[in-house]
Amino acid sequence: MKCRVCRGKAVIAVRRHNANFCRSHFLEHVRRQVERTIDDYKMFGSDDRLVLGVSGGKDSLALWDILTGLGYRVDGVYLHLGIGEYSSESLTLSQRFALTRNLRLEVVDLTVEYGFAVPEAAAASHRTPCSACGLSKRYSLNKVAAERGYDVLVMGHNLDDEAATLFSNVLGWNVEYLGRQHPVLPSTEDGLCKKVKPLIRVAERETAAYAILAGIDYEVEECPMAAGNTINRYKEWLNRLEEQSPGIKANFLFGFLERGSPLFEVSDDIALRICSNCGQPTTGDVCAFCRLQQVTISRRQDG
Amino acid sequence: MKVILRNPRREVELEGVRRVAEVFRRLELVPESYLVIKSGELVTSDEPVSDEDVLELRPVISGG
Ligand code: SF4
Ligand SMILES: [Zn+2]
Ligand SMILES: [Zn+2]
Repeated sequence: MKCRVCRGKAVIAVRRHNANFCRSHFLEHVRRQVERTIDDYKMFGSDDRLVLGVSGGKDSLALWDILTGLGYRVDGVYLHLGIGEYSSESLTLSQRFALTRNLRLEVVDLTVEYGFAVPEAAAASHRTPCSACGLSKRYSLNKVAAERGYDVLVMGHNLDDEAATLFSNVLGWNVEYLGRQHPVLPSTEDGLCKKVKPLIRVAERETAAYAILAGIDYEVEECPMAAGNTINRYKEWLNRLEEQSPGIKANFLFGFLERGSPLFEVSDDIALRICSNCGQPTTGDVCAFCRLQQVTISRRQDG
Repeated sequence: MKVILRNPRREVELEGVRRVAEVFRRLELVPESYLVIKSGELVTSDEPVSDEDVLELRPVISGG
């Protein structure tokens, strides 16, 4: 296969774009996709203070590389989930990335900050690990972003993450979630930081290829708690469909964003309240994160 | 040829494979879920391979 741009030897085929690329033209292609996404969705400008959720995986590190390459100044925040060797190894990779590129990385340790780690919280709350983990990530990354005065919280979710989440929300007809699935969520007065996902046009296979081709050392091992994760299973199924019909994942996601999501929009007057325990925004009295923390710690005392 | 798979890490021996695409057919894996690395370089599905090669199939799906 030959590169679409220079006719040199291709290292990757992007079938939904009907295009093959050599290393340098692929990197350029991905950067352009991200640039276009930032512009199209008016995600941020060069004056905004940006903070990126960094996990040490391919997506967040590739995005950090892309955004700094596009000239944005982006700090990172790493949330230590307390998942054994996997967490310590991905922290090391994140710190090494930041250090060699002279980027600022703040580390928040769930155990130090809140007194529990993901595996224990999952067991205590009867949530799946990924659900306890996702809640903890959303909560603490937003808190850091809001408290440190950042304008925008940037997340590394890729096309496959978003398509699989959409698939899952459609299978279960989770209409509230469908109403909130958007690449830009605005800030609110009561403490939600603006949140954006600039990688939604880049497939997971492409973010991985970007990381490898850009020489980024990322966490290749899978999280030990991911076994049986439904989102990963949906990704696998969507990839089978993609194999038969290149572009089907992107059509599914972007068709929804353009034509489907307006139908599920929630009115702004579901007023958010302030959690009586931590002061973060919530719809109830005590927020879901504080409830997770309480149940985890009380289980430990009981038993 | 030797094929290295991950999560969990394991190795498979295949004989008489001529192109990368055939590896996926033989192992019944979905190409969209992997990248293929040969001698440290990413390669496409039409890349010729021989019994002496070592291929890594790097899974691209991760985390929740
Ligand atoms: S796989 Fe699940 S538990 Fe592991 S880091 Fe991702 S969301 Fe958290
Ligand atoms: Zn080229
Ligand atoms: Zn709270």
